[in-house]
Amino acid sequence: MSYLAVEDLSISFGGIRAVDHVSFDVEEGEVFAIIGPNGAGKTTLFNLVSGIYFPDGGSVRFAGRDITSLPAHRIAPLGLARTFQNIELFEHATVLQNLLIGRHVHRRSSALSHLLFLPAVRREELEHRRRVEDVIDLLELAHYREQRIANLPYGVRKVVEVGRALCLEPKLLLLDEPTAGLNPEESEDMGFWIEDINRDLGVTVVMVAHDMGLVSRVAGRVLALNEGRVIAEGSPADVQKNPAVVDAYLGAD
Amino acid sequence: MRFLFKTHYNQDIDHFKHGGDRFWYGLLLVLAAAAPAALGTFYLGELNLVMIYAIAGVGLMLLVGYTGQVSLGHAAFLAIGAYTHSLLLGAGLPFLLSIVAAVLVSALVGAGVGWIALRMTGIYLAIATLAFAMLTEQTISRAEWLTGGFRGLAVPQPSLFGMPLTQGWQRYYLTLALLVVTLFAALNILRSSTGRAMVAIRDSEISAESVGINLAVYKTFAFALSAGITGLAGALFAHRLGYLSPDAFTFLISLQLLLMVVVGGVGSMRGVIYGALFIGFLPQLLAIARDTLPPQIAQAPGLEPGIFGLILVLVILFEPQGIFGRWLKIKSYFQLFPLYRGATHRRQKTYLRTERLR
Ligand SMILES: Nc1ncnc2c1ncn2[C@@H]1O[C@H](COP(=O)(O)OP(=O)(O)O)[C@@H](O)[C@H]1O
Ligand SMILES: [Mg+2]
Repeated sequence: MSYLAVEDLSISFGGIRAVDHVSFDVEEGEVFAIIGPNGAGKTTLFNLVSGIYFPDGGSVRFAGRDITSLPAHRIAPLGLARTFQNIELFEHATVLQNLLIGRHVHRRSSALSHLLFLPAVRREELEHRRRVEDVIDLLELAHYREQRIANLPYGVRKVVEVGRALCLEPKLLLLDEPTAGLNPEESEDMGFWIEDINRDLGVTVVMVAHDMGLVSRVAGRVLALNEGRVIAEGSPADVQKNPAVVDAYLGAD
Repeated sequence: MRFLFKTHYNQDIDHFKHGGDRFWYGLLLVLAAAAPAALGTFYLGELNLVMIYAIAGVGLMLLVGYTGQVSLGHAAFLAIGAYTHSLLLGAGLPFLLSIVAAVLVSALVGAGVGWIALRMTGIYLAIATLAFAMLTEQTISRAEWLTGGFRGLAVPQPSLFGMPLTQGWQRYYLTLALLVVTLFAALNILRSSTGRAMVAIRDSEISAESVGINLAVYKTFAFALSAGITGLAGALFAHRLGYLSPDAFTFLISLQLLLMVVVGGVGSMRGVIYGALFIGFLPQLLAIARDTLPPQIAQAPGLEPGIFGLILVLVILFEPQGIFGRWLKIKSYFQLFPLYRGATHRRQKTYLRTERLR
């Protein structure tokens, strides 16, 4: 049984089949990339896996568990974290607060003990803070720690979102276009971080990307989608050469 | 400018970030404690009312300013707290128990409203809470056997451990103590994972869900907490009124509470205090204004809600961060003097959803 097993997944919006009988497997410890032109259904696929949408048909299994009908807030504690293509941060909070919110699944104390802020709550807060500082160190966010998201440049927001996902201490990380809109240096950094996250932290990564340079560098296997359907799967080099993939990209532009 | 050297994460957790904070808040508390000696009965009573508003404001701020759920019906929780407290006090329950019961009943009703309104946001939520407040008002006026309807309900004299609290200063201290307790409880919630979950829901529901926050649970909790605290204010408000009737808890009160939160500064507990001072002394200002206005305008029905609404709109348009935000700007003007530039507080480029890649 694969670590993440997506089987025959489908969803339609109105008349559009955004995801159409998609199946693929991701093994523990790999970096798996999903490519495809705009509107291919990549984001929708992530939304289905992470519990934002529920499929019309098919199933998703994660770490041996059927999560097809679990809502997002029940999936996150199982060790699945994600980022959003359109950056969904907590805009009016600071970077530190955003990262601390990412620790939500690791809370231990009750709301009642929070009212009184019992000593156990303080100990827990200090523990969260230490974990968050590790992420801040890894992603070099120390400079922005106290800043509100609303005041941050786009590139930093992208990094903060990855950081927030890491604060969940996930086993599987879904990254939706982590380098979209970044300049070449920022993209390069992001590539290194994805490698670090995968190798050093042992997190399995599934990422949507357009940048084939990045994909070839970090991903072991690639899945290509077009109009909701799988058109190719294999190593980055093979998929890139696949005529259906070439057609899909040329046809889209 | 002040540079704060941090040597321990505790410094970010503590309520008072440095010695200066401790000093100024301590001084404020001393001044508040000394007020009865300096103020006459009238102003002490007004200050008491301001603090009651502030307690309700803390409740509403948690919901509106920190969880992002608008309520135009908080007068209902004020009413539920006031009636529950008065009725239980009348039935012979000791004062403190009766207060606790008022808080719990309000919180329970709040949880119910929050749960029913789960799928609503923004203007729809505002309308739903408004409808709930009207329903509450109607229920109170119809249930004459319990509440006395429009004939009213006399509020029994409060007494603490057998000592009757008849003097203005006694009630003042009671309110002050409960305000301090409420503020600490609210700030404690805000510095823990529960408060952060509320903020998360305010800023992005989809992200909140994705980091494991159960929207239904936390929204319902926020409503319950907010309603409970407002119910506490209601119990104290009952003693201030002395005589309860449904028309003491109209839409105007709900609007006033919302005004307090917005004018003070959404997302700031200090803003609540500013806002409470503002709406506490607004009636006096309006009374003065009435004397100078031509009678056709001064006597016009709906003048007060009209003015409240106007202030609300103006603040939202021109100073969305309220008095608190204005204060921060004035403070940094003096700290940076003479280097302050107009653009210091302008928000940098924000990324609208529409201009990001799809
Ligand atoms: N919530 C939704 N409602 C209606 N249509 C949607 C929704 N989400 C996605 N779609 C449609 O599904 C298709 C796939 O979109 P998406 O998954 O965002 O593509 P990609 O991420 O590959 O660019 C598009 O045609 C899009 O318009
Ligand atoms: Mg997409």
